Amino acid sequence: MYSRIGRCGAGLWAAALTVYVFLYLPLAIVVAYSFNDSRLNAEWTGFTWHWYQVLLHDEDMLIAAGNSLFIALVSSLISTVLGTMAGIAIYRYDFKVLNFMVMTPVAMPEILLGVSLLLFYIQVLNLTLGMLSIVLAHVAFSIGFVAIVVRAGLAALDVSIFEAARDLGASPWQTFRHVTYPLILPGMIAGGLMAFTLSIDDFVITFFTAGVGVQTLPLHIYSMIKTTVTPEVNAVSTLLMLLTLTLILAAARFAPDLLKGKY
Amino acid sequence: MAQLEIRNVTRRFGDFVAVDNVSLNIEAGEFFTLLGPSGCGKTTLLRMIAGFDVPDSGQILLDGKDLADTPPEKRPIHTVFQSYALFPHLTVARNITFSLKMARCAHSEISARLQQSLDQMRLAGQADKYPNELSGGQKQRVALARALINRPRLLLLDESLAALDAKLREEVQVELINLQRDVGITFVFVTHAQTEALALSHRIAVMNLGRLEQVDEPSKLYGFPRNRFVADFIGHINQLDARVLESAHSHLHLSVAGAGDIIAPPLISAAPGQNGTFSIRPEQVRIGVHNELVELKNHFSGMVQSVLYQGDVSVYRVKFADGVTIEALLPNSAPGRAQLFEVGDMVKVGWRHDAGIFFDD
Repeated sequence: MYSRIGRCGAGLWAAALTVYVFLYLPLAIVVAYSFNDSRLNAEWTGFTWHWYQVLLHDEDMLIAAGNSLFIALVSSLISTVLGTMAGIAIYRYDFKVLNFMVMTPVAMPEILLGVSLLLFYIQVLNLTLGMLSIVLAHVAFSIGFVAIVVRAGLAALDVSIFEAARDLGASPWQTFRHVTYPLILPGMIAGGLMAFTLSIDDFVITFFTAGVGVQTLPLHIYSMIKTTVTPEVNAVSTLLMLLTLTLILAAARFAPDLLKGKY
Repeated sequence: MAQLEIRNVTRRFGDFVAVDNVSLNIEAGEFFTLLGPSGCGKTTLLRMIAGFDVPDSGQILLDGKDLADTPPEKRPIHTVFQSYALFPHLTVARNITFSLKMARCAHSEISARLQQSLDQMRLAGQADKYPNELSGGQKQRVALARALINRPRLLLLDESLAALDAKLREEVQVELINLQRDVGITFVFVTHAQTEALALSHRIAVMNLGRLEQVDEPSKLYGFPRNRFVADFIGHINQLDARVLESAHSHLHLSVAGAGDIIAPPLISAAPGQNGTFSIRPEQVRIGVHNELVELKNHFSGMVQSVLYQGDVSVYRVKFADGVTIEALLPNSAPGRAQLFEVGDMVKVGWRHDAGIFFDD
């Protein structure tokens, strides 16, 4: 009996291990070769910080990184505010269309969203593509993610606490300020961090909405790969990976409290 | 003038009439209970008093003033919710003082009243804890303290004992009675549990299908239910098909199916030949061996069909002819009791001529 479970367990472990190897080995190789003392990603010749130094002096790369950080910061702030409002509205009103409208961009293929935003900006708004168009596009696709997290946080709460607040003399604004807001804050932070992560490494939608003037980090990496792959790409990818990982861990630190119902 | 007046209040949800033309007066200082099965409209009525729901027609007046245009936060009425609805992100102290903070009371006054409230509700050591660190009984006391701290005119309690286990519930019932007497605030309690209602209330309104069936003191409701619904909902009662043989000022002469002819308390509206139900509480029915009960006007022979031993009492189900059965409740208190009946025993069943009620509905 026990041995059967054991064998079954071993099989599952093997399957899980295979999946994780496929997921993480390529990432590990990228990281490892960013320290490789060779122009080629072919064989290991020795340890070096050289490619990180190259990176620090690559002006195009630094500008692209700056743009990406700026876009991620602005778009995540805006989508946190709008997504929170959307999350509260979906929670509070039994209005199915609203739910559908906010959540659709989350499930929509990115390429479709990219193309449609491009056409909308150019043909309808007559907008010059650049920083603004990228920020708007990033806000558009990350609102839904924030809304989902905020609404999940609200759904885990006892509905009657909002009535209790009003019952005890709190105006609608005081109810939001003293009850709703502190309770959804962890969700807002988690949602905002997710939005930041999604924005900073977005390629497809940015590709369509960037125009010619503005280069973001993912776009720049792509253009570098088209010509020659130097370990500088590995170095910048490693840094990007590190940043994303930190943000995801930070978001997860806020989110579980909310999902576990610690409150 | 009653403190709370409910005048012809009706509330519909689509085709469903949740509250149907209810009128009710609740006096200051009263412990008043709305009792009824789930879906009878008691919670809807409570929500309209609190201001979370609005009547389609009719008026709710507090101290003679119509509440129609007063939002919940402006009503001097607080609610203890079924789930207690404590704010999970605030400590016990900040939960209790929430209403004072919203009203922008001075810090010195808030802390003085908090201290008083913590002492009164035996929560002194819990002030800095969060709700998830409290037991069920403590949560309930915090909810009560929070709702009472700024002395509302009316306290609404929505199934507030339902979440407690049976043992604790009995303790809390006594505490609640004492608390209500001490603070002198009018309590309006909603429950579907008739034992709670009987134990706690000065008066009870029994609701069914959105209407009031009877409003009375607990002992009157139990002893003199106005109709079959109330009789059946409050406590246990035997219901036997009966026909009126004779209707006199002093008594009714009934023919009870399966048992025989009996004498019952009078009912003015009853007429000979009329069919109805004779209802009698199990504790009014006595059981004995053959010669004990002959002094009772109403007595019959039957066979013990089942015995339900409950410790303090036993419930005997006795079968008459034609499969008609009656329940009798006997205390097990008699020391060294000579006779306990067993299934299959032939017994005499009887009750006083002034016990029971005939319902002609």
